[in-house]
Amino acid sequence: MPKSTTPVSVLHMHGLGLQQTGTLSVHYVALLLLSGCNSAEHLSFLNPQGPIATAQSEHFWLVVAILFILIALPVFIGTAWIAWHYRYGATKSKYVPRWEIFKPLEYFSWGIPIAIVLFLSVLVWEDTERFDPYHTLASSKPATHVQVIGYDWKWLFVYPEHGIASVGMLAFPAEQPLTMELTSATVMQSFFIPALGSQIYAMGGMVTQLNLQADRPGHFLGENTMYSGDGFHQQKFVAVAMTLTDFDAWVQQVRATGIPFDAAALNAIATQGTKAQLSTALAPAAPTFDGNVYFTGVKANFFTDLVISVMDEKPLPSTALAPAITKGQ
Amino acid sequence: MSWSTIFNHPLGLLGADSFPFLAMLSSDDSDIFINGLLGSFAAALVIISVMVVVALLTRYRAWRTLWFDWLTSTDHKKIGIMYVVLALVMLTRAIAEAVLMRAQGAVGLGGGFLSSDHFAQLFSTHGTIMIFFMAMPFLTGLINYVVPLQIGARDVAFPILNSISLWLTAAGAALVMISLVVGAFSTGGWFGYPPYTETLYNPGIGVDYWIWSLTLASLGSTLTGINIAVTIYKKRAPGMKLYYMPLFTWTALCTAIMMIFAMPPLTVVTLQLALDRYLDFHFFTNGLGGNQMNFLNMFWLFGHPEVYILILPAFGVYSEIFSTFSGKVLFGYKSLVWATISIAFLSFLVWLHHFFTMGQSGHINAVFGIASMLIGIPTGVKIYDWMWTMLRGRIRFSVPMIYSLAFIFLFVIGGITGIMLANPILDYQVHNTVFLVAHFHNMVVPGVLFGMLAGYTFWFPKAFGFRLDERWGRISAYCWIFGWMGAFFPLYILGLMGLPRRSVAYEQASYVPLEIVAFVGALLVAAALMALVIQLWVSIKYREKNRVFVGDPWNGRSLEWATSAPPPEYNFPVVPSINDRDAFTAAKEFGVGYQEPDAYVNIEIPQNSAMGPVFGGTSFLLAFGLVWQIWWLVILTGLITIGTLVMRGFQRDTLKIIPAEAVCRTHQHWIQAARLALPIKRSQEHTAANKGRAAIETVEVPT
Amino acid sequence: MISELFKRLEFYLDARQNKEIFIYPGLNLGVEHSDAHTQAEATVFGFWVFLMSDAIIFGMAFATYATLLHGTADSPGPRELYHLGPIFIETLLLLTSSFTFGMASIAMKYKHPTSRLVGWLLITLVLGVVFLGMELNDFRAMFAAGGLPTQSGFLSGFFGLVPLHGLHVMAGCIWLVCMLGQIAVHGLDSETKLGLLRLALFWHFLDIVWIFIFSVVYLAGLA
Repeated sequence: MPKSTTPVSVLHMHGLGLQQTGTLSVHYVALLLLSGCNSAEHLSFLNPQGPIATAQSEHFWLVVAILFILIALPVFIGTAWIAWHYRYGATKSKYVPRWEIFKPLEYFSWGIPIAIVLFLSVLVWEDTERFDPYHTLASSKPATHVQVIGYDWKWLFVYPEHGIASVGMLAFPAEQPLTMELTSATVMQSFFIPALGSQIYAMGGMVTQLNLQADRPGHFLGENTMYSGDGFHQQKFVAVAMTLTDFDAWVQQVRATGIPFDAAALNAIATQGTKAQLSTALAPAAPTFDGNVYFTGVKANFFTDLVISVMDEKPLPSTALAPAITKGQ
Repeated sequence: MSWSTIFNHPLGLLGADSFPFLAMLSSDDSDIFINGLLGSFAAALVIISVMVVVALLTRYRAWRTLWFDWLTSTDHKKIGIMYVVLALVMLTRAIAEAVLMRAQGAVGLGGGFLSSDHFAQLFSTHGTIMIFFMAMPFLTGLINYVVPLQIGARDVAFPILNSISLWLTAAGAALVMISLVVGAFSTGGWFGYPPYTETLYNPGIGVDYWIWSLTLASLGSTLTGINIAVTIYKKRAPGMKLYYMPLFTWTALCTAIMMIFAMPPLTVVTLQLALDRYLDFHFFTNGLGGNQMNFLNMFWLFGHPEVYILILPAFGVYSEIFSTFSGKVLFGYKSLVWATISIAFLSFLVWLHHFFTMGQSGHINAVFGIASMLIGIPTGVKIYDWMWTMLRGRIRFSVPMIYSLAFIFLFVIGGITGIMLANPILDYQVHNTVFLVAHFHNMVVPGVLFGMLAGYTFWFPKAFGFRLDERWGRISAYCWIFGWMGAFFPLYILGLMGLPRRSVAYEQASYVPLEIVAFVGALLVAAALMALVIQLWVSIKYREKNRVFVGDPWNGRSLEWATSAPPPEYNFPVVPSINDRDAFTAAKEFGVGYQEPDAYVNIEIPQNSAMGPVFGGTSFLLAFGLVWQIWWLVILTGLITIGTLVMRGFQRDTLKIIPAEAVCRTHQHWIQAARLALPIKRSQEHTAANKGRAAIETVEVPT
Repeated sequence: MISELFKRLEFYLDARQNKEIFIYPGLNLGVEHSDAHTQAEATVFGFWVFLMSDAIIFGMAFATYATLLHGTADSPGPRELYHLGPIFIETLLLLTSSFTFGMASIAMKYKHPTSRLVGWLLITLVLGVVFLGMELNDFRAMFAAGGLPTQSGFLSGFFGLVPLHGLHVMAGCIWLVCMLGQIAVHGLDSETKLGLLRLALFWHFLDIVWIFIFSVVYLAGLA
């Protein structure tokens, strides 16, 4: 699999948006840079890698600026000044023990918060609709469709158009929309790639949607943020945005080396355990080339069949899985 | 469930393997051993503490006193004190858990010393305890103690119900404590979302412990809410209009009304989850028509008002403190009242912001996001009005004021992050990360807990007759403040770096420095708790020096300061007549603060009642029986509970009479003390000269 | 005509000021014991507040039922399980019991002979118990037709709501027996009266809840 990032780009784009938060100490920045990167370089939306995260990051700094400059700073300075100026020992400052109302001050007290909240409300009303995770992203290029299924404690990514699936890696072409449908085969989970944008719940018997896009190739941290049991903290994956040619090559490689997606494979996936445990369980069938687990021969109706089977508490119909098929089909 | 199983297994599911200590010994796994050791240590602490208390009570022959003066008491003041004691005991456990979790965080890069399951139990019990068995009892205790005094009442409207509420809460707390010794607690967090908490994914008894402790707490709080609301509506002294009520009473009223309406949804969801678990219903299952989203909706229909149930009384405390320690009347009283009312009202309209990421449409999210931000308006008004209260005052930086000032600074930061989380676009990013954890700790520690501790320091001399040690109080306050900052500012940044809450371990080395800072902060918080204990010990030791029998150590403004410290059982020999806000300040300024009534009359007060302890005992055993499915115990305790209620209905003559002469004697003793006491200036507030009589210093200083 | 109206209004406004005339809407427990009276007022008010809280519990159960209505999961639904005949009779029974409790309250207010009060209460009790018996029979029939709460979300919602009301009625019946006992032991003292007053509120409240169950669950379920 091609690695598109160089050490330089790692340094440049690591972790928290360093350019913006100049307050972090130099030592800490150095620590951040030295720290090993287990293949996911981008952790935070403050160093956004896609249009949604970019919008969120801009929104974040705008809100922070408004609230800190207009609310926090005046209150901090005012409180400190008042506390000092009117301390018990003060002799020169005014003391009016019965001063209980002064209309202009009251108008100020109500007016400032009302004005700020009004402004933010307009912002929220427009942007929430615009960045609704269900909205497909406008693009001249076709969207990649991925179906995401939450298991204990790994995510299964199904590519219905390519007949493949993976655990531990979500590969997709950069610079074109990524459209996802999500469900859970177990408890409630929350699917999240911070550097790209919003998170969304995955719930059993239900389907939610998420639309993201990467601006350029890169490796992004992906995770479940909803506690789901012992292996919860290990339910991570790497979202890898790649060029279209790389992606096509990746699909071909998975088709060639993937494990057949049959009842045995699904049983291994559905068993409680982390990606590493799954990998070990299935290793005899086909050793994985990068620690992730890849499947081939996934039927296009698998996702829908799974949702219905969870909804009805019935086993998967036999038509959901293909019988064992030959590699490289 | 047939009759034979009920009698074949007299101990239900209980067996030798239910005791973590024994399970640890029989295991070879070192991981289980370490976590078992920690668990056993905690269990041993519980058992040893109980044994020490029992031994001390026996040694000092205090059982009779404990039973007749405290446990069966229907005096709102004693019930209030018992609530606060419960809160402080539970606080100790939950802080220990917090330190353990942060310690795990500091070494959590790829591992650590805690197992996933143990860590999950820690965050579940920590949250459950802090909300239901620390914050709720603490504020209920303060309200119980202070409100009847502030409104000039002899007691709450339903004294025995009050005792029952206390005991239901205590039974819930005892259930959480016993889970340390027998079995294990839930791993589903304090809100226990299904289907994770369904039998399919959590077959053990942990979730059942959680369900029944919450059910007991929510029943207790509903009854408390009814009691407080009726007390404030019906028991105010003559002349006390609603607009004459002190702000703490106003916040208590709003909190009580919110309890009445917000606790039932909690009772309903926990019972529905119990039906799912015990009788295989399908309320919240993935399949067969269950709907897990119902749980989220109903839980937060309780959960969000709950946040304001917690914070409003703290706002009330801050209002009293800013006014008292600035030597000045509260600025913008009506604004503060209406801000409180609008917060209480709005808090019922915003529950959806706890799950913006569940997939509803953008416009629905936006409506709830805007509604949530609207709460920022009345909250902002409060902050400003507290600032204007200090403006043109004479501010004394005593311990309650230190907490209050720290509150303003830190709460504004919490409010700002709250506005961010109320904003769906940002919530999509920071939801379920430790940013969220930092935000709500920002609200409940500097917001709620600082207020409770400030109130504890403020009203302690009223309750016990002597002031708390000022020096240790300051040490504790600064440790709380800086400890909290150290523990939670890093979490804000970690959240922005994508660290999900409830992660026992992580793989990003870049998290480590911040995790270590957070651990140091947690240690400082533990030190703050220690300082609080030392403060209490020092204060008791030197109590004679700090006596304030006359009862007004801070130049107080409302009626609770117009009685002796501690006040007599009936609070006021003659129910006062009110014709002003800040009634006691007005009286002092007119020179009528310490007056004799024309005549003393017999006073009727409720007798002690064993109803509370009986209810506490039976409801605890009932819940324990339900957890372990010991059905005979469930039936037996259920019948006893109903029988007690029925018998109570037949009881008459539940009042006792305190004769006028006794009232006269007590009152005369106090009046004499007040007249002999030297009125002291505020500069001598913390000296032994302060006997609880305040000099009038309200002379205007024009510039 | 209009001036007459104003006069009445004035009378009531004056009455509010003057506690001697205008004590409490409904039952007055006697003006001579003003302390006891204030406590009684608080007690009744407190019970109203409790009922509001209880109404929220029912509201949640209704909401749950409504959201789970379509989650029948291939098991019997409203059309297979609901039979309006017995439900209609149950409704009449409960409405009648509310009427008879009203008569009992009147007997108490106008100090009719205690035997008449006890008579009305006994009739109310019998109606309540018959209602419960019929409801249990309904549930038995539903179980027999495959309508168990373990079958589907819809049935969970149903059995989380309707038996909740049934349990309340049962509690009401037990309470009624206790009140009869109190009348026997203590006679009609103010405590007993206060108890009956609250039980009456409770009983009528359950009647109202049943009207909602009848319309929202049964009528709407069959519509």
